[in-house]
Amino acid sequence: MITLLKNGRIYDPTSGKDGVVQDIYIKNGRIIAKPSATEKITQTYDLTGKVVMAGAIDMHSHIGGGKVNIARMMLPEYQETKKYTEPEAHICTPSCSHNATPSATDTGFRYIEMGYTAAFEPALMPVNARQTHLEMADTPMIDKGGYAMLGNDDYFLRMLTAKKDQKAINDYVAWILHATQSIGIKVVNPGGINAFKFNQRRLDLDENNSHYQVTPREILKSLSTAVHQLGIAKPLHVHCNNLGAAGNFQTTLDTMSASDGVPMHLTHIQFHSYGTEGDKKFSSAAAQISEALNKNKHITADVGQILFGQTVTASGDNMMQQLNAKHANPKKSVIMDIECDAGCGVVPFRYKDQNYVNALQWAIGLEIFLSVEDPWRIFLTTDHPNGAPFTSYPHLIRLLMDKTFRNEAFAKLNLDAQAMSNLTSLDREYSLYEIAIMTRAGAANLIGLNDRGHLGIGAGADITVYTDQTDREAMFAKPDYVFKDGELVVKDGKVVKVVWGATHTAKPSFDIAVEKDLKDYFDKYHTMQLDSFKINDDEISNDGRGSIIVHENKKASH
Amino acid sequence: MKPSINTTLPITHCCPACGLLCDDLVLNSNSPVSINNACVKGISFFEKAFSESYAKPSVAGKPTDLNSAIQAAANILSKANHPLFAGLGTEVQGMRSTMRLAEKTSATLDHMHSEGTVRNTLAMQNSGWQTTTLTEIKNRADVILAIGTDIVSSYPRFFEKLVWNTNTLFNKPKPEVMYLGLAEETVKLPEIMSALNALMNAKNPLNKKPDNDLIGGVTIASLKQILEKLKTAKYGVVVWSASALKFPQAELTVQSITQLISKLNETNRVAGLPLNSGDGDSSVNNTSTWLSGYPTRNRFVNGHPEYDAYHFSTKNQLNRCDALLWISTFNAYQPPTCDAPTIVIGHPDMQFEKQPDVFIPVGIPGVDHTGTMFRMDSSVAMPLKKLRNSELLSLSDVISQIEAKLA
Repeated sequence: MITLLKNGRIYDPTSGKDGVVQDIYIKNGRIIAKPSATEKITQTYDLTGKVVMAGAIDMHSHIGGGKVNIARMMLPEYQETKKYTEPEAHICTPSCSHNATPSATDTGFRYIEMGYTAAFEPALMPVNARQTHLEMADTPMIDKGGYAMLGNDDYFLRMLTAKKDQKAINDYVAWILHATQSIGIKVVNPGGINAFKFNQRRLDLDENNSHYQVTPREILKSLSTAVHQLGIAKPLHVHCNNLGAAGNFQTTLDTMSASDGVPMHLTHIQFHSYGTEGDKKFSSAAAQISEALNKNKHITADVGQILFGQTVTASGDNMMQQLNAKHANPKKSVIMDIECDAGCGVVPFRYKDQNYVNALQWAIGLEIFLSVEDPWRIFLTTDHPNGAPFTSYPHLIRLLMDKTFRNEAFAKLNLDAQAMSNLTSLDREYSLYEIAIMTRAGAANLIGLNDRGHLGIGAGADITVYTDQTDREAMFAKPDYVFKDGELVVKDGKVVKVVWGATHTAKPSFDIAVEKDLKDYFDKYHTMQLDSFKINDDEISNDGRGSIIVHENKKASH
Repeated sequence: MKPSINTTLPITHCCPACGLLCDDLVLNSNSPVSINNACVKGISFFEKAFSESYAKPSVAGKPTDLNSAIQAAANILSKANHPLFAGLGTEVQGMRSTMRLAEKTSATLDHMHSEGTVRNTLAMQNSGWQTTTLTEIKNRADVILAIGTDIVSSYPRFFEKLVWNTNTLFNKPKPEVMYLGLAEETVKLPEIMSALNALMNAKNPLNKKPDNDLIGGVTIASLKQILEKLKTAKYGVVVWSASALKFPQAELTVQSITQLISKLNETNRVAGLPLNSGDGDSSVNNTSTWLSGYPTRNRFVNGHPEYDAYHFSTKNQLNRCDALLWISTFNAYQPPTCDAPTIVIGHPDMQFEKQPDVFIPVGIPGVDHTGTMFRMDSSVAMPLKKLRNSELLSLSDVISQIEAKLA
C-alpha cells in the first residue's frame, strides 16, 4: 500500500523547502523515499498547484482536564453559541463554531478539519492527570500530550525549603513525568497558587511565599535546571507571575533571566506584556518584550492572542483569576484549591473591540507576532480558550499574513486603544513558510516530536493540503485533504474517517529511591495512595484506541 | 462458574461505596469478608458483592441465557423513539458506553441521585463558586462549618481521615467543627443562610437586633459567632449536602452558601465542599460533560446533545418515555415503576418486586472488573481494581453487545 501525493508545493521548513514542487510517498503511515519502479502505487492524489504542509501542531491548548470540564459544566449556554451573529462575529468565518467549550469529540473534529494533527494540554495537574488523559482519550482524530504542572505543589516547595540538592529535584521531576504520562513540565504563577492558599493575593518574582520563604525566581531556577539536566526536549513551560496585571511586563523581562541562560518557554506572553502608561494606566509593552525576546536566544514564547467575542478563561492561576473574577462576563466564576498540588480558576470573558483594554490586548498580541524576528522561537496560540477558541486560528493567520486586512480590523477598534498602538507601522506580513515554521516545524522542534511537523523521509505522515487562496482565512479554515498517519481523514474540510491519535510522553530515567520519601509523604499527608496517583500505560492503551509514544530525551547535560 | 478471587490476598484496593473512594482498604478474605480500614458502608458493599445469590439474566421474569437477554434489550431499544436511561449507577467506562448507546437511540440521561447534583449545578451555572478538595482540608482546615449534613452519614471515614488526623503539613490545630440546619432544622436553612449573608454587611439592620432573637431557630448571637470563626479562620471550609436540601428552589440556598463563601474570601481564605451522593454520580456527571458538552440531565436528539436540568429528570420522563433502561451496578437498587418496557442492567444481587421485561446482571466495578471513578471533590479520579474472576460481563461489554444488535 503506497500512496503518492503528486506535484504539491511543499512548505517544509525542517528541510528548508519553501514552495518546492515535489512528490511525497507514504507507506505504513510514514513518508518514504521514492519507491523502486517495481513497487505498486496504490493510490495517487494529484496536488498540482496545492500547498502542502505537515499537519499543524498546537503546542498550547486547554483541551482537557478538570478546569476545562468545569468550564463546560458552568457554561451550558456556550453550546448554543455555535451560530453566533453578534457584531464581534466579523472575526470568524461562517464555519467557525465559536464554541469556547467544545466537547472532547468536537475538539478533535474541529482541529483536524483545520489541518491540525496534534494538540498539547499545557496545564495537566498531576493529581488530576487521570481525568486529563480520560478526556484526551475521548478526543478523536489528533495526537495529544500534556505538560505536568509543578512549582506550587507542597511536596516540591518543601524540597526547596529543605535545600534538597538538584539531583533530588531532578528525580522528582522525572518521576512526575512518568507518573502523569506527560511530555513536559509547566509552572503556573510560580509559587503563587500555593501562596494564595496562605491568603497572599499577589506574588512578585522576588517576593517570598510567606510559608515556605522561597521566591518564584528560585522555583524557576530549580525547575528549568531539572528539565534541562534531565534532557527533556521541551523547555520549562512558564506562565509568569502577575498575569493580566498592568505593568507586568517588568516581571516578564525579569523572568527571562531567572534561569541563567537555561532554555525556558514563556507562554501566552501577550497576557504578560502590559505597561502602565497613558491616561488609563494600561499600555502596550510589546516593543520591550519583543526586543528582549529577540535578544534572549534561550527564550521561546507563544503569543496567546485574544480575538473578540465570547470565551472563557480556564487557568491553573487561581490567585490571579480570583482578581479577574470581577471582570467575569457572564458574571460567574469557579475558583478552586486542589489537593496541595495546585488550583484552578475558570472565569468567562467577553472581549469587546470597543473596550479600551480588550482592543489594546488584541493589538499587543499582534505587535509581538510582528516584532519577534525569529519564527522558530514564537508560536501561534490563542491559549485556547483563554484568548479565543482555537477555531479562530485561520482568522489569526490572515491577520498575520495580510496587512490590509489587519489594518482594516484595527481601524474598527476603540479609538483610544488605536492611539496607544503602533500596529499600523508594522508592515510585516508572514509568509507561508513562516506560518509553517510557527505551526509545524517550530512546534515539533520545541516539544521534541522528531518525526512530526515535517515532511522528510521517515516522518509520520500527518499531512495537510490546502488550496492557495489570497483569503488566507478561507484557505486555512478548510484544507482539501488531511492525512493522519498516512490515512485520508479529511476531505474538503469534512471528516471522512474517524481515527484515534496517540499520546506523546517523555520518560527520562531517574532513581526509583525517590518513591521512598514520596510514599511517606502520601501516607502522611495525602488522601490517596502513591500507587493510585500513578497512571499505568494500560489505562491509556487498554481500550484498544489509545497508544503511548515515548520520546527520547536529548543527551542529558550536566 | 462460581466467582473466585483472582489475586493473592491480602490486597490493597479502592472502595466505591461512597464518594471518598478510600484506597487504603485491605481485603484479607472474601468468605467470610474480612477487610481492614473499611467503614460500615464499605463492609456492607463488599459483603453484598461477595454474596452468592446471583441472579441469572431473565426475560419477562423467566431465566434465560445472556445472548437472548441482550437481544431482547436490543429489540426494546430498537423500537423506542425516546427511551430514558436512568439510574446510571456506573463509573467512567460504563458511562462512556452508555452515552454512545444514548446517542444512537436518542435517549434521555438522568442519574438516580441527580436531585442533589442538579441543585449544585444550577447554583454553579448561575454564579460559580469557590471550592476545595480533601487533601487541602486534611492539611489546612482550621474551621469547618457543615450545613444540612453531619457529613459522617454520607462519608463514615471523613473525620477519621480529614479532621482527626494528626499528621498535617503545616502543624495546624484540629479544626473546630460547627453544624447548621441538621435533621428537621434543614428546612429553615433558606432563612438562616439569608441571615448569615445579611450579617456579613455591617450596615444591615439585622446586626442591630438583640443577640437572643431567633432566626430559623438559631440565635443571632450564634450566627454572629459562626461568622466570626469563619472570618478569623486561616482556612475555613464550608461543607454542604445538596441532597439534604429537600425543599423547593433549594438551589437558591446553595447559591446563598456559595455567596457567603465568596464574600468571606474578600479578606481571608474560606472554601466550599459540596458533598455528592454516590453510585457514581460524580463520575457520570463529569463523563457526560466532556463527551456531550453538558452535565446530566441531558439527551440526544438525532445525535445532537441537548440539556435541560428540569424537563429531563427521571420523574418527568417516566411517563413520557417509550422504554426505560435502568442501570445500577454498585447497589441492587430497583427501577422506579414505569409503564414502558423496562430493561434493568445491574448488580447481580438484584431482587425485584415487579419483574422487568429484561434483566441482565453485570459485574460490580472494583470487584469484577477494573474501572475509573471520580471522587466526591471531582478533582481526583481513582483506579478501581478487579478482585475476582466471574462470568459477569461489565456494563460496557453488555452495552456494546446491545449496540451491535440494534436494528
